[in-house]
Parts: sequence; C-alpha cells; structure tokens
Amino acid sequence: MPAVSKGDGMRGLAVFISDIRNCKSKEAEIKRINKELANIRSKFKGDKALDGYSKKKYVCKLLFIFLLGHDIDFGHMEAVNLLSSNKYTEKQIGYLFISVLVNSNSDLISLINNAIKNDLSSRNPTFMNLALHCIANVGSREMAEAFAAEVPCILVAGDTMDSVKQSAALCLLRLNRTSPDLVAMGEWTTRVVHLLNDQHLGVVTAATSLITTLAQKSPEDFKTSVSLAVARLSRIVSSASTDLQDYTYYFVAAPWLSVKLLRLLQCYPPPEDGAIRGRLTECLETILNKAQEPPKSKKVQHSNAKNAVLFEAISLIIHHDSEPTLLVRACNQLGQFLQHRETNLRYLALESMCTLASSEFSHEAVKTHIETVINALKSERDVSVRQRAVDLLYAMCDRSNAKQIVAEMLSYLETADYSIREEIVLKVAILAEKYAVDYTWYVDTILNLIRFAGDYVSDEVWYRVIQIVINRDEVQGYAAKTVFEALQAPACHENLVKVGGYILGEFGNLIAGDSRSSPLIQFDLLHSKFHLCSVPTRALLLSAYIKFINLFPEVKGTIQEVLRSDSQLRNADVELQQRAVEYLRLSCIASTDILATVLEEMPPFPERESSILAKLKRKKGPGNLHPDLDENRKERSVNGGTVATSPTPSTDLLGLGSTIATQNSAPRASKGASLLVDVFSGNIAAFPVETPVSVGPVADENFSRDISYIPTVRWGTLGILVGIQSWESIQYIKPKIPDMRCLPLAPFPSRFVCKNNGVLYENQLLQIGLKSEFRQNLGRMYVFFGNKTSTQFMNFAASVVCQDTLQPADPTVDGGAQLQQILNIECVSDFVDAPVLNIQFRYGGTLQNIAVKLPITLNKFFQPTEMTSQNFFQRWKQLGAPQQEVQTIFKARHSMDTEVTKAKIMGFGAALLDGVDPNPSNFVGAGVIHTKTTQVGCLLRLEPNTQAQMYRLTLRTSRDTVSQRLCDLLSEQF
Amino acid sequence: MRFLLLFSRQGKLRLQKWFTPIPEREKKKITRDMTTMVLARKPRSCNFLHWKDLKIVYKRYASLYFCCGLDAEENELLALEMLHRYVELLDKYFGNVCELDIIFNFEKAYFILDEFLLGGEVQETSKLVVARSVEASDMLQETERLMEIILLFPLFFSCYHGGIHEQACILTLGEMDLHTHQKDSGQYRSGGLTTVQNDGVVSCRMRVCF
Repeated sequence: MPAVSKGDGMRGLAVFISDIRNCKSKEAEIKRINKELANIRSKFKGDKALDGYSKKKYVCKLLFIFLLGHDIDFGHMEAVNLLSSNKYTEKQIGYLFISVLVNSNSDLISLINNAIKNDLSSRNPTFMNLALHCIANVGSREMAEAFAAEVPCILVAGDTMDSVKQSAALCLLRLNRTSPDLVAMGEWTTRVVHLLNDQHLGVVTAATSLITTLAQKSPEDFKTSVSLAVARLSRIVSSASTDLQDYTYYFVAAPWLSVKLLRLLQCYPPPEDGAIRGRLTECLETILNKAQEPPKSKKVQHSNAKNAVLFEAISLIIHHDSEPTLLVRACNQLGQFLQHRETNLRYLALESMCTLASSEFSHEAVKTHIETVINALKSERDVSVRQRAVDLLYAMCDRSNAKQIVAEMLSYLETADYSIREEIVLKVAILAEKYAVDYTWYVDTILNLIRFAGDYVSDEVWYRVIQIVINRDEVQGYAAKTVFEALQAPACHENLVKVGGYILGEFGNLIAGDSRSSPLIQFDLLHSKFHLCSVPTRALLLSAYIKFINLFPEVKGTIQEVLRSDSQLRNADVELQQRAVEYLRLSCIASTDILATVLEEMPPFPERESSILAKLKRKKGPGNLHPDLDENRKERSVNGGTVATSPTPSTDLLGLGSTIATQNSAPRASKGASLLVDVFSGNIAAFPVETPVSVGPVADENFSRDISYIPTVRWGTLGILVGIQSWESIQYIKPKIPDMRCLPLAPFPSRFVCKNNGVLYENQLLQIGLKSEFRQNLGRMYVFFGNKTSTQFMNFAASVVCQDTLQPADPTVDGGAQLQQILNIECVSDFVDAPVLNIQFRYGGTLQNIAVKLPITLNKFFQPTEMTSQNFFQRWKQLGAPQQEVQTIFKARHSMDTEVTKAKIMGFGAALLDGVDPNPSNFVGAGVIHTKTTQVGCLLRLEPNTQAQMYRLTLRTSRDTVSQRLCDLLSEQF
Repeated sequence: MRFLLLFSRQGKLRLQKWFTPIPEREKKKITRDMTTMVLARKPRSCNFLHWKDLKIVYKRYASLYFCCGLDAEENELLALEMLHRYVELLDKYFGNVCELDIIFNFEKAYFILDEFLLGGEVQETSKLVVARSVEASDMLQETERLMEIILLFPLFFSCYHGGIHEQACILTLGEMDLHTHQKDSGQYRSGGLTTVQNDGVVSCRMRVCF
C-alpha cells in the first residue's frame, strides 16, 4: 500500500484492493469478490440506513470490481443517491460510477438527469464541472436530449467561470458527436466563435476543439472563425517561448492550441482575403523555419511538441494544395525526416508523404526520395515503419517508376512479414495492372507473385490475370508459354496450377506447334500436378482436360483413359465424380461440332473495376465485414423466393437444366447458379451417384433432349452451377462479395444425423464442437469455437443463415466468452435444408470465411412412440396411400451389425419396436415428428439382406415430404 | 481520441477511458487486441501503429503502458505528449507515481484524467491549472471532514481551540474515525491540526496518519 493516501483514504477499500492483489489464483479472486459482493448487497438491503461515507465506500468497491472485469448488476441506485449528496467526495464517486457503468435503464436515467440538472443550476463551479464531465463521459442520446439546449447557454453566459466554460465547450462537442441532430445552431454560435479571442488559453483550446467539430457540420455558420484563428495562431507562433507561461510546453508555445487551430483551418479552403492569407502563409513559413533552428532542449518532449505543430502545418499546406513553394518546402522537410534517427519521425514522414504524393505540385518532389524509401523498406527494423514505406511506394508509383517499384516490392515480398504480405500482394497486382505497358511484364509479375507468396495470392488476383489474358489477344501466346515453363518447376504453388490449367486449357494450342510443348507433353505436365492438388483445383484441371479434347483431338484417347479410371469415375468427392462422368460422356457422345460449340474459347470479360482494388479498399476499416454478410444474407433470401416460385422446385432435374439453358447474360447466370445451390444443397449432398433419385446416372435421353444441361460444371463441393462456356465462377464473381461466393460450404458429417454431440468441423485454425438437445419441436444447440493456433482471431463473427421453415429463434451469444454460442431452434414445419453457420474472422492478416451446415435435420424433432404389434400394423395399413410411403433399396456401406443398426435407429429418434415384425432380423420403429404447426406420425421398417449386403428401407408417414426426407436421412446411415 | 488504456506489462488493465459509446463486449475485445499488440512490440520500435481505421499511440512508463486510439486525422506526436502530460500530472499529485498508486487510488487517477481530458479532447493543458483544480477538490474533501468533526463533536473541537491537552484531541479523533470506519482497529496519530482564517471563511487542514 502506498504510504501517502491523499485526500480521504477509504481504508476499507484499500484493504479490499490489497486482498484482491494477494489472491494467488483466479478462483481465489472470484471467491473474495463474491464474498465482498454478498457483503455489499446485504449492507444495501439492510434495514439500517447507510451513512454517506459507507455508501461511497461500497459504491467505490463495486466500481473497482467492475473495472477488474466482473459484472455488476446492483448498486446503481445507491450511486444515483450519492449524486444528490451535498458532499463533494460522495458526489464525485457517484458521478464516476455513473460515467463508467452507464445503464440505459430508463427510470435511472431520469433520476440521473435530475441530479445533473440540479448541479448545473447550483452556480457552484465545482459541482457544475462534475455534472458537465458526467454528461461528456456518458454522452448518451438521452443525455443529449435533456441537455443539448442548456449546455450552450452555460457556455456563452457572461458570468460563467473559465473552468466551467472549458467543460461546457467539450461537453457540447461530445454531444454533437453522438447526436449531431440534437445540437441546434443558434444565436450562441457567434458568441462561441468569439471565445477564440478569450484571455484564458485553456478556454481558447477547448473552444477551438468545439468549433472544429461544429464547422465540419455547418461550415457556413463558423466562417468567421478563420480570421480569428489565423490571428491567434500568428500571435502564438511569434511569441517568445516564455510569454505564455504555463501554456508553454518544453519551450514550445501552446502546442495543443496551435495544432487545434491548424486543424480548424483545415475545415476551410485557403482564406480569400489577401491579408489574412498572407498572414497565414507567414505563420506556416515561421513554423517551417523553426524546424531548422537548433533545439532549445535536448528532451524528446521538446522535439515532439515542436514537430507535432510542424506536421499539422504540413497537413494544412497539403490540404490547401495551392502554394507550390510551401508544398515543396514541406516535401523537403519530410525528406529530412525520412533519414532522422528518431523512428517516430521516420514513420510520420512516410505517412505524410503519402498524402503529399497525391498533389500535382509535389508528386515529382516526392518521387525524388524513392531510393530512401526503398532503403527504408529493406533496412527498417520496425514492421509498422516498413508498412508505411510500402504504402508510400504505392502512392508515389507512376508509369515512370512502376517497373522499379514493382520489382522492389516483389523482392521484398520474399522476406516480408507475414502480417503484411497479403496487402503487398494486392498492391503489386494493382500496380502491375495499372501501369502495364506491355502485358508480358504483367504476366511475369503475377506469376512471380504466385511463386514468391503463393499462399497470399487471393482468388481475386489470379482471376484478374486470367481476365486480362483472355481479353488481350497479344499476350495469350506468351502467357501460355510462360505458364508452361513455370509449371515445369518440380514444386509449384497450387495457384500456379490453377492459372496454368486455365490458360493452357484455353490457349495451349498457341504453343502446341513446338515439339517441346506438344499437346501430350502439356497434358502430362498438368496431370503430374493433379494428385497433389485440392479438390477445387482438380475440378478445374478436369475442365482443362475436356477443353484439351476439343483443342487437340489426338490426345482424346489418353484423356478419356484418365477420366475413365476409378480414381475419377468413383472418386469419393461428388463434385469430381460428377465432372468425370459428365465429361467422359460428353467426349464420347457429342460430335466434334457440338464439342467445339460447347467448349468454345471464353468470350472476353466485360471491362470493369478491378476486383482486387475493391478488395484492397475493403481491407481498411473495421465495420466492413458486416455489410458483406448482410448482403449475402439478403441474396440468399432472394434466392429462397425464387425457389418458392419455381414450378419444379427440388426434384425435377430437367427443370433445372432448362433454367440453365435460359441463362445467357452473366448476372442472370449468377442468379441461376445460386438458385441451383439452394435447391441442391439438401439433396445432392445426401446422395452419391448410385442412388436412383440423384443426378449421377443421368439417363441418355436427357443428354439428347437437353444438351445444355450436360455441360454443367460445378465449382466447389456444393458450389455454383454454370454452363461450361463460363468455366468457373470467375465471370460473375461480383467484386463486392467474393469471399462469400468462393466459400466452400462444408456439409456436416452424416454421423450427426444420429448423434447430437461431437466435432462438427475442423481445419488448421479452428475447431467447431457441438452439443445439442432437442425436445419436441424445440432444440438448443451449443456451438463451441476452439482456436487451435496461438494467435488471436480478430473480428470473430458467427451467424446463422437458414431457409424460412427453420428459425434459430434467438441466436444469443454468450456474453464475455466468445467461445460459445447458443442457438435456440424451433421447427416450424418440416424441412430439408439445414441452416448454414457462417463464420468470419481475421487470422494474421487474412480474412477467413467458413460456412458449415449445422446438423439440424428433421429427425431431431422425433419423439419415440412405443406400440404393440397389432397397433403397429393397424396404423401401417392406415398409411397405405402411395404418396405416404417411400421405399429405397441400397447397398450397405458399413458392416451389417445388428447392435450397431439398433443403436442407429434409436439415435435417429424412433422407438425400436421388438417382436413386431414376424421376421426377427428386420427392424421396426415408430415415432412422431413434432413441428410447431403439426405432428406427423412416422413408421419405419428396415430389412437387411446380409447375403446381398443390401437393405430395403420403407417409411410411412402422414406427409409425403416427411417420408421422403426421413428416408433420405436414414438410408445414409447404413 | 477514442479511448485511453493503461495496462501493466502482464497485460492487466489498470485504467480505461472510452470517449465514444462502445458496447461492453467490444471494449473487452479492443482491450485484448491492444494489450497483445502493444506488448508484442520490440523495445525502441516506433510508438505508432495502425489498427483497423484507428491510429494507436502508446508509450511505456516503467511497468505501465499508456495506450490511446486516435481518429485518422489526429496528430500522433501530440497524443504522445498528451500521454506524457498525464503522467506528469499523476506524478505531481502522487509524488513519483508508481503503478501501485494507480491501483490503490484508481478513483483519483480518473478524477485527474477528467480535469485534463474531456470527451477525448484536451481540456486544460496547463499543468498548474489542472493540479490546482485537483488540489482544490482535495481541499474541499478535507474541509468536509472537519465540518463533520464539528458536527459530531462540538465539545471536543472547542476544547481543542481552548488549548486542551493535545493527547485528548488525538484520542477524540481516533474515536471519531472509529465511529465512521466501524471495522477499523488501527491506532491513530495526529500529524497536526491547523486552522487558517482567510477572507472570513474558515478552511481547515488536518492530517490523520495511521
């Protein structure tokens, strides 16, 4: 405990604080706090009225506990009582508590406002200050409503003390920031402006802050402040360092006021009045001159304060952008700072130069420092300084130095910090495109980017290089040659394989004349990478292969052989399997004419703003993640609507084919594609190719009837369906929401149909665990997010998107801990699609998006029903209508163990009825599906045939959609 | 300025001041981000960082980190000096301020800050003026306490004025304090009690040590 306890020490508080500090563990601390909370609670509730001192002490203890990070749910009333105490210390603690722990509790707010009102009208400056501080600290809308009219009066009243004026000015500033609509301009504004002439420098400082914020809102009202500000500034700048007494800070005259005045002037264009303008220029010159004078003190505070004014003056010069001599002087001054031994100054010089580079007067002057900046990039020890150097290089880049700057950034990339690599990649990609005179340089640059920092090359970057190559004939041959050479490296990044696959698939013919890059060699080269790649890349390569069949008929046999192999045709991944099947059929059936039409070269992309630029812009700023999410959500609901109005929603595949056939323009195709995602998301995932209802064995007549359906290229596991002419989703990736579109949607493991707990999703960064419970038509799901890395995830957000039938009634997120999310689920009516959990967070520098289907399936709302044999068969017969029964015969995927099967049926939710079926090896179950509106009785029968390793599953329910869905879900399990 | 945080080298938050309304959850997140980011910085790095759309300015004083978040157009160097001025004010008040002073007298640290900064802007840059207003509120506290004595123990107080044995007065003070702090069992010593007549207003200074 410190020896001096100034003012009135509260001994009880000091004892409590040292108790907390002596706690050895978190548990001990919590125990001690709970003890104290119980004590305070009993004191507050006790019959004996507490005296002011005790009340103050306990409120202060509560405040301390709250500041330690614990929740406080009582004591507000006692704190409000303290406000009306006539003892200063009690009032002060009361106000402190209120401003730290504001609660929008409406009855309290009116009490608080009342107390504030009393203090404001008390004419006691100390009490008035406390009240004004409280308004400024809380700054809520309710306070603004109550006091926005009164504070200006206090501010301009003639008899107000200086210190109260200062508080009132800043209090008003704060109210104007939170609720600008409530602070009405009026007669007081002119009088506020005249505070700039006040004798008391503290009042001038506070008033300048206020005027600056108000002037941003309504510049016209405060125009007169310009001349006053210039006059005041000029007086400060020319004063001797001792003139201003205590407002001189380490030999710098009123640095705070100077900076604020310079900021105020940045709200306006250069003054029109020649005399004022001349005076201002004089001031700015004096400030620039002072920078050259020898320092008056060796203390860092002196140089910091002096340079703070200097940097603000430079900001004003850049803002005015009208005096070339000043601009060039500013640039030279910053140039000196670039090599200053103080790191802070180097940082700020780089930062200010960025804005200077955009002025036409000083752009050339900035460019002269290129070597210094490049050197900073290489030699600075502090990553945030290097980051500024990258920014400046980006800002000073133009046609004349683009090659040098891009080359330097590329070489820096190899050793750059991981946290800024992605941004550098984006910047290089943008500069290379913007200043590309010949596109061979551009292609080389992007390929180098992939080579040096492949992991940080986002999809936008490689989409862009493909768009450009496709749109420019002159570079296509070169691009094909270059990627072919690049692919020959033994280890190359997957992004390179993607670009290579795409470009060779389109333009491989341009280099096929050379025997070193004959069609077969090209194909072998691509195929040698195939097995090392992820599913989306392999899918892309398969598309490249079918394009090869069209380009080079001589390799058709080889490629068909590859497509026919078990590893393709029977690939576990439904996407790859489907592509292999469809491409193989296409290559066999279609004539060369049809092939040539279907697999025609990509048409040029419409010219538009680079999506990379949009991404770079998006990287800045905190609030930008959510609009994307919202947009995505909106889009989904729109698609949901489309599904509903579509005449053949989920089963009629031909219907889908025709939807695709009508999609010609890119945006429409995009819509259609999403539509298909929605429609398929339930069915396709659940059915592998063998099952009779699925897409797999598309009957031959379908091919001949509707050619446009066959060439369906799907992207991602549940990705977007498009005609093959458009290859990939590239064509209609909207620049605004690429992240969500490219998002791989992970289906949940099928074991979750019969289980409620377990690990839902896992990658290198994140593990998502689930615990869920269901009762009748309600459910609750606990989602646990585990960070597997040692670094923090930033901007973590998880949200649920779902179709309209199933609503997470109240997705509440547990306060404090970010690790657990609770979803309350209500089944409104029967449904197919599971809701999707979207997760976004920032890891290192990159935004991560994960979308997982939540294992909320219809059978979760099953209640088992026990019944006798007689009863069962009676109901079985009642449900005999053809649409009520769904039957499927399928091959066993797991060993046909009786106990396991029993467990699965029970896990599925139905009651397992023994001795009902005459054949003891059959399984019979019964239950009721609960939804909000109805209850659907369900009977099921599973007949295993161990010899054939087959099952027959029959479902009878009173509703056809329920029968179908349950059958689909359960047949997956065996 | 959007916020000001004081935290220890172990990442323990010692003082937090938010100048814009932010939900509690968000505050915790920002605090976490700031501590991890700032504590990971190497010594002699520059004092500025970019974080989202804010500029972060921080400085270490002994075992405490002072860290504030600024809007894009604010002046970093001056913010650095503002932190310094706040440290000077604390120093002047506590006399060689250390982390413990701020832990045990956290409410004072907040009061001093309120005199210096308001709504995220500098209210008063003069060290003298700020110190004077903080002193004045302390004076006010002590006057209040003396008034309490007069109220509770008019007899003893007048005794003191009458030049009664000092020992009795100390005992009296001890009793008075025991009355207010019911749990206290410590012994009290008086460092002296003075009365100053000034402009007809009685202002008293008293020191009780234990």
